[in-house]
Amino acid sequence: MDKNKGFFDRFKIIGRWVGKKNGSNTPKNVNYLSAKELRMISRENRKITEELESKRKRVGVLESEYRATMKNPDNILEIDNLHTYFFTDIGVVKAVDGVSFNVPKGKTVGVVGESGCGKSVTSLSIMHLVQRPQGQIVEGEIRFDSGDMIYDIAKTPTDRMQKIRGNKISMIFQEPMTSLNPVFKVGMQIDEVIELHNSHMTRDLVKRRTIEMIEMVGIADSEGVYEMYPHELSGGMRQRAMIAMALACSPKLIIADEPTTALDVTIQAQIMDLLRTLKDKINSSIMLITHDLGVIAEMADFVVVMYAGRVVEQGSARDIFYNPLHPYTVGLMASKPGKDKNVERLYSIPGSVPNPIDMPNYCYFKDRCDRAFEACNGEYPPTYSISETHKVACYHYANGGVTHDRS
Amino acid sequence: MTEARVKMMVPNRSRDNIIQVQNLKKYYPISGGLLGRVKGYVKAVDDVSFNIRKGSTMGLVGESGCGKTTIGKTILRLTDKTQGSVKFDGIEIHDLSRQDLRALRPRIQIIFQDPYSSLSPRMPVGEIIGEAVRERKLVPLEEFDDYITKIMEDCGLKEYHKDRYPHEFSGGQRQRICIARALALNPEFIVCDEPVSALDVSIQAQIINLLKDLQEKYNLTYLFISHDLSVVEHISDTVGVMYLGNLVEYSNKETIFNNPLHPYTKALFSAIPVQDPDAKGERIILEGSIPSPSNPPSGCKFHTRCSYCMDVCREVVPEMRMVEEGHEVACHLY
Repeated sequence: MDKNKGFFDRFKIIGRWVGKKNGSNTPKNVNYLSAKELRMISRENRKITEELESKRKRVGVLESEYRATMKNPDNILEIDNLHTYFFTDIGVVKAVDGVSFNVPKGKTVGVVGESGCGKSVTSLSIMHLVQRPQGQIVEGEIRFDSGDMIYDIAKTPTDRMQKIRGNKISMIFQEPMTSLNPVFKVGMQIDEVIELHNSHMTRDLVKRRTIEMIEMVGIADSEGVYEMYPHELSGGMRQRAMIAMALACSPKLIIADEPTTALDVTIQAQIMDLLRTLKDKINSSIMLITHDLGVIAEMADFVVVMYAGRVVEQGSARDIFYNPLHPYTVGLMASKPGKDKNVERLYSIPGSVPNPIDMPNYCYFKDRCDRAFEACNGEYPPTYSISETHKVACYHYANGGVTHDRS
Repeated sequence: MTEARVKMMVPNRSRDNIIQVQNLKKYYPISGGLLGRVKGYVKAVDDVSFNIRKGSTMGLVGESGCGKTTIGKTILRLTDKTQGSVKFDGIEIHDLSRQDLRALRPRIQIIFQDPYSSLSPRMPVGEIIGEAVRERKLVPLEEFDDYITKIMEDCGLKEYHKDRYPHEFSGGQRQRICIARALALNPEFIVCDEPVSALDVSIQAQIINLLKDLQEKYNLTYLFISHDLSVVEHISDTVGVMYLGNLVEYSNKETIFNNPLHPYTKALFSAIPVQDPDAKGERIILEGSIPSPSNPPSGCKFHTRCSYCMDVCREVVPEMRMVEEGHEVACHLY
């Protein structure tokens, strides 16, 4: 703990260097740092990242170090106070700053927020795919129940992680064109995943399994597609191939990062239908990341709303859609044009997201909030529980629910 | 909105229509083989006709690859037509000489989809917006600075943004720059080619509101191309639905959203995800994906995916038919 404290003090030094520039009222700020400041920042960054890297690269890490226990055995994934920071040349970007939520077994959890709110970084942290050494998980636990053992992914060494990644947790990426390798046949790319995690399987068996997977995602001509290159497939087919690859090892948890954003509405409907049926078929859970509230309403059992690296509200889909509490959630819903909204002007949230390098010390949403009052000038609001499932981080609900102890 | 509906009732007089598109076709040749002979054509736009009234917004929706953008480009003569006619304010755009076209250009403008690639990274924003204005001497030189400032303020940008470069802006602000660039030439007609699809929901709302405000202020006419139906529903007065190079249904917004007739329109509208976890209603999920435009199916192009497919659909191409006042649909069912 003491070590951690010193660790965080260092960020403050950097924060001060950057913050100093902001004191003046000019609109130009962090974009202009003096050479001295830049040197100072990169020196500090190097010190911190090297320390974290050397810790990560140790050989012979004992299993007890990353063994954990679940708080609730019904959860497949528990994210507890996760902090993922990026140490950039102009300061520390707190991309994920104290995020906690759970993914129950067999359920779909939707994570929603604007671009840059940290939803993708959260998922990359779970997969250990954050760009190192700049990007680091500096604090928090990600507990994952793989079936035979419960891992704390934040501390799991890379070689162990390779056995989990693609096997127990897999990911469907946003753009199927850029995430498939253009110079290999689709079949081979799916083969690779199966071979890697099932060394005992013969070539024939692997191929049979691949073709079975291609059929399962609803591609009729499975033998034909096996021999095709990604460019020969349409967007929807590519996304199906990606899903086949993700499900090849029957993972416990599927992370779908904007799986339908690049697709047309009709194809989106097909893919969502597919994901829903396949989830039940292989009995896994889905963490669905998207900025489309409609998709969330359709797919998710639980919803997590993120803003500027923090969770502002979470609850069951009904809680969030029928009783949105946080002003940001309310604004987000009002700004989406829809069938039942016959308004001349759409509601738009005023202002923009605060600069990630220099976050304010009060509620991050205060400056854009039309319901801000005196209490909002205090420090960042704690999370208040409204009901068993519904939690919100806003001072307006301090009396409406029992204060939830964050530590 | 009521005003638009009143206008709808009045029979179309040609001078009300700022844009008249008639039997427009655009085929892209596919060349192949050793000698590079033309092997066939991609029928990107295949016999499309519609009119846009002055001061209104027409929404054009459809899946990717159905020819929405090609229509936009052909109307502005950014690409040449194959057949048909496009009239802007009574002037046949594709018959103009280079000089005449150049003179017409300020009146017809376009806002592109991707604000990240449509702004020159080497030019400061003031220059991006003002370049064409200065080139065409639209305002006297001494008023130039004030004029650019005014346009920027109209679009929600600040004066000090003038000396900045596009990379310093967020997506929403860049789209504002694109809008300001189009607006600076004082146009009458703007093609908005998916102006909000690259943006976040809350930013989308800002840009849509901005487009609406500007329309009111300057009496602009928009052709709003988008695949996001809820956005189109919000901004449009009339809506055209495209499938594989054809317009399959065309009507005013209220009619088409309340009473869609073409099976494709129905499927498209039912695929919009609703913000209601309990509304898991009757969704029509189309099988397969859009066929290749270089080898479209015979008869009605939609028959391969249509659940109401009849024998006649496989052979006869359906004509655009007026089903009720101002509601046209190309389907054998009606």
